[in-house]
Amino acid sequence: MKMTKVVKMGTSLSAVLLLAACGNKSEDKNSAGANEETSESITGSVQVDGSSTVFPIMEGIAEEFSIENPKARATIGVSGSGGGFEKFIAGETDISNASRPIKEEEIALLEEEGIDYTEFKIALDGLSVVVNSENDWVDYLTLDELYAIWAEEGDADTWADVRDGWPDEEIELFSPGIDSGTYDYFDEVILNGDQIEREASLSEDDNILVQGVKGSPNGLAYFGYAYYAENMDTVKIVPIENSEGDVIEPSSETVQNGNYEPLSRPLFIYVKHESIVENNAAYEFAKYSLKMAGEMAQEVGYVAMEEAIYEESLATLESLK
Amino acid sequence: MKNNSVTPDEKQIDRRIIKNKLAKGVFFLGTLFGIIVLAALLIRIFTQGIAYLDFGFLSNFASRRPEDAGIRAAILGTIWIMSITIPVSLILGVSTSIYLEEYAPRNKFTRFIELNLANLAGVPSVVFGLLGLTVFVRLLEMGRSILAGGFTMSLLILPVIVVASKEAIRAIPQEQYDAAYAMGATKWQIIRTVVLPAATPGILTGAILSLSRGVGETASLLMIGAMTFIAYTPASVLDGFTVLPIQIFSWASRPQAEFQAVAAAGSIVLLVILIVMNTLAIIIRNNYSKRY
Repeated sequence: MKMTKVVKMGTSLSAVLLLAACGNKSEDKNSAGANEETSESITGSVQVDGSSTVFPIMEGIAEEFSIENPKARATIGVSGSGGGFEKFIAGETDISNASRPIKEEEIALLEEEGIDYTEFKIALDGLSVVVNSENDWVDYLTLDELYAIWAEEGDADTWADVRDGWPDEEIELFSPGIDSGTYDYFDEVILNGDQIEREASLSEDDNILVQGVKGSPNGLAYFGYAYYAENMDTVKIVPIENSEGDVIEPSSETVQNGNYEPLSRPLFIYVKHESIVENNAAYEFAKYSLKMAGEMAQEVGYVAMEEAIYEESLATLESLK
Repeated sequence: MKNNSVTPDEKQIDRRIIKNKLAKGVFFLGTLFGIIVLAALLIRIFTQGIAYLDFGFLSNFASRRPEDAGIRAAILGTIWIMSITIPVSLILGVSTSIYLEEYAPRNKFTRFIELNLANLAGVPSVVFGLLGLTVFVRLLEMGRSILAGGFTMSLLILPVIVVASKEAIRAIPQEQYDAAYAMGATKWQIIRTVVLPAATPGILTGAILSLSRGVGETASLLMIGAMTFIAYTPASVLDGFTVLPIQIFSWASRPQAEFQAVAAAGSIVLLVILIVMNTLAIIIRNNYSKRY
């Protein structure tokens, strides 16, 4: 007799939760039914995964897509650029987001699996180099100076090492974590693949980097433009000398017209050909993404590319179907 | 001069009283520290998040606009995952502990298994995520589904449940077994009528602790491919899902300050769900302790 009590007790907890789940399910069926009349013909599901940097743009796109096509299911994961490609290679996703171009070894693995894909640029981001707001000496930095500061082999540990007349105080470095596409990009264009300064504080959460620079007068960090845009009042941007010798500050204009280089980086989506042909939801979602990407990018803090590039991408997408 | 007149005994007593007060002070400070940190955390979360906590927040899906952002998909995902994890981990965990304590021969092999169980409880959750990805998602072809997530989570918390249940069973006095055997009870009858009723409060305590860990778990679920944005309600265990901590983390890492507040609101929801779950378990446990 006590046995039945044990079973009851063991299952009652889960039963309560199951009931809750069922309750929500039936309620949702009703709301889905109400939407049916207005829904478009797009059904099916599309799986998107990848970079956390690209996520806000894709989230905005998926949000609007879901409102317009209530029967279609668009889901977005955040496995990071590398983790996203891993799932893309395993054939688990239709679209992979990345904040860096695909790597050689990833291309090789995709070939091995027989997965054809096309790369689309959907927006631009200007990696912003910032210092503490009390820092009144840094007027701009050159790429060589950035290398000297950030590379382990670089010879600048204090501001005085960077330029004469700057204070003889140790620079405190804050960098995105090595798993992020942001780090990869910086590593490529500034460090040329060399080891980053070992004393730099690394964090996967860019808000931590912002806090780091806010809190230390000798702080120096780099992160996506959106994080600078949100904290303009509390941190100071460092203009960077580009290859033309012009000193440029990142902004929507300088990133879009390419003057802010080399720290402007494109953000990508990689679309699987098979999905475009066989999965209508994936095709429609990819099309919708390319149409909306510019607008969404601006809204969530990135920079749109020129309209012509999106139109070209849309034409490419059409040719794949 | 006065001190000299005090007898050694009184001196000792004084010293003991001081030691006693000192110990009390240390324990009190320890408790106080924890409570202050907890209170600071709660106050911050509540003052930050309460403004975003309304009906819309509970019923909306995630959004790029902080004011429209809702936590519906994450709440449902967490409930779905728990509705698989709780029965699976309890049934497997309790069975394992009963077998190990009551049936398994006391030999080196059993001890080896027990040692490994204790070690498993300390394995980082990412490792369980990798296991789930390989076995459930890919090998058993469950895909990036609630089912795969629930099983992975079950594996993750299983060691804690087993260890706690084993301790609870081991604490039952031998006399109770002897009495039952003397009355001619079989092993199964003893487990039913003596072991389980006596061990239930201990088992449930372990379950509460481990399930609370499970509800807050992110890494392993991200590893098996939990989503971050989902705009539909899961209708079966084979659908994709997201859970509260993933959603909260995603908001917390946004550049916009408003999203930090949305993340705080999400944390409040997570806290409430945890409290409800734990309260249920404690009510059931207390009910049981009284009957026994």
